[in-house]
Amino acid sequence: MNYWPLLGIALVVIGFALRFNPLFVVVGSALATGLLAGLDFVAVIEALGRAFNDNRYISVTWIILPVIGLLERYGLQQRARAVIESVRGATMGKLLTFYLLFRQLTAALGMKDIGGHPQAVRPLVAPMAEAAAEKSHGRLAEDDREKVLAMSAATDNVGLFFGEDIFFAIASILLIQGVFESYGYPLTPLQLSVWAIPTAICAFIIHSWRIRALDRKLGRAAK
Amino acid sequence: MITYEWLYILAGVFFAIWSLLSLRNRLVGNAAFWGLLSASFLLGSHLSDLANGLLVLALVAIAGVGGLKRSDPATTGIEDRAKASRALGNKLFVPALIVPLTAVAGTLLYNYTPLSETGLFEPRRETLILFGVGVLIALVVAMVWLKPPLLAPAEEGRRLLDSIGWAAILPQMLAALGAVFALAGVGEIIGGVAADLIPDGSIFLTVIVFTLGMALFTMIMGNAFAAFPVMAAAIGIPLLVETYGGNPAVIGAVGMLAGFCGTLMTPMAANFNIVPAALLELKDQNAVIRQQIGTAIPLWLCNVAIIYFGAFILWN
Repeated sequence: MNYWPLLGIALVVIGFALRFNPLFVVVGSALATGLLAGLDFVAVIEALGRAFNDNRYISVTWIILPVIGLLERYGLQQRARAVIESVRGATMGKLLTFYLLFRQLTAALGMKDIGGHPQAVRPLVAPMAEAAAEKSHGRLAEDDREKVLAMSAATDNVGLFFGEDIFFAIASILLIQGVFESYGYPLTPLQLSVWAIPTAICAFIIHSWRIRALDRKLGRAAK
Repeated sequence: MITYEWLYILAGVFFAIWSLLSLRNRLVGNAAFWGLLSASFLLGSHLSDLANGLLVLALVAIAGVGGLKRSDPATTGIEDRAKASRALGNKLFVPALIVPLTAVAGTLLYNYTPLSETGLFEPRRETLILFGVGVLIALVVAMVWLKPPLLAPAEEGRRLLDSIGWAAILPQMLAALGAVFALAGVGEIIGGVAADLIPDGSIFLTVIVFTLGMALFTMIMGNAFAAFPVMAAAIGIPLLVETYGGNPAVIGAVGMLAGFCGTLMTPMAANFNIVPAALLELKDQNAVIRQQIGTAIPLWLCNVAIIYFGAFILWN
């Protein structure tokens, strides 16, 4: 068997590791893989063009940007902030659990840019979690403070990753559809996205348990 | 019958407007990039494979030389937004909710009533087409309700689009990479290696290798999107779906989520794991990953169980 096409995967890894532009890496890897498999140059470019063209529906979803941008113009992010702040005064455990649920639900409804690290975690979620933890447990040691901040960022990631796939018009769902369709298994986005729900529930249970475990641990350390 | 082609024309028009607005701002690279993408949407079905391939190379060349810049269209200030947000209240979420509601309710209505017999939509394309319809309804509702300047939705959309930049077409490009990998037989090579590792006839062990492969590949590449086409072609489709008769929807959807567990554990996924550590000024750049490992591993086990039960035990 000809193992040379595997070099294409190695190129992706090396290219990403060296921080080249990912589009550059992806296309370079596609060209190299095709050539190593014995296809001629024009045939590889044709295959790439055909595949890009067949998968246009993945990028169609950006047409939602004017709706989100317009609502941001009228304070959508500030509104999201107000919803989170309405649980002010709660413990760190309750606050982050609430944020996890809020992030999962909004991502599941297609509003995945409502949270995020620069927009929400740094200015809002992390300081509130820290303040709530200090209120219950007193002043935190530096290591514990870092854990609370890191847990805030982790909560944003978990909420996003395991909420967004419930929304069918998201790139990952459409990529799954595209891959299965090219092998002769036509699926609908909705068929796929309902199967993101069991994992989303598990993610909520596991991560909210871990948030509360951290809160309890801080309580023991303070005593 | 309404097909994807209608959506492509709609998206092509959106990107054409973004291209023209970029040109007006003298952002030539942005104008060329979004203009080419617009051309792909509007004309792609009529171009030869070679022309489409050259279009892809041109897109990548623009992105590769750093031709895409952030833009700064006129928008409201923080004060205005805070004031508007207080005045409008939670109703602000309504237009955003119109989009998923139209798509989901529309799909259910279409599939479970005699409407489907009208053949209004191309089969299995109705959800994404209804998503496009939802976007148009939401835009009209927001325009009538908020009465912004006429160009505001286009400019606000461009503000977000340019903050995403070339990454906007990365998923589509990775899907194309997957197709080239498939053509070159990469899936079969890895599948061959994997098949040697997996004892014959064990569905459970095959599920483990598939989900573990998704998580590990994602950790290496920093991105579940890049891992998915390879693992689906190597194990997911030939072994789990074809040999063992598993439910393809579960294997696809939950396989991807097993990859997301890998994203939580790798510094390669820099924007999720390393950037926030820097933003929060943490001493340990892996502090976020450390908090995520305890969630990712049990969650990965849940995904193994969901595929095993959902795609095999309950399905057969």
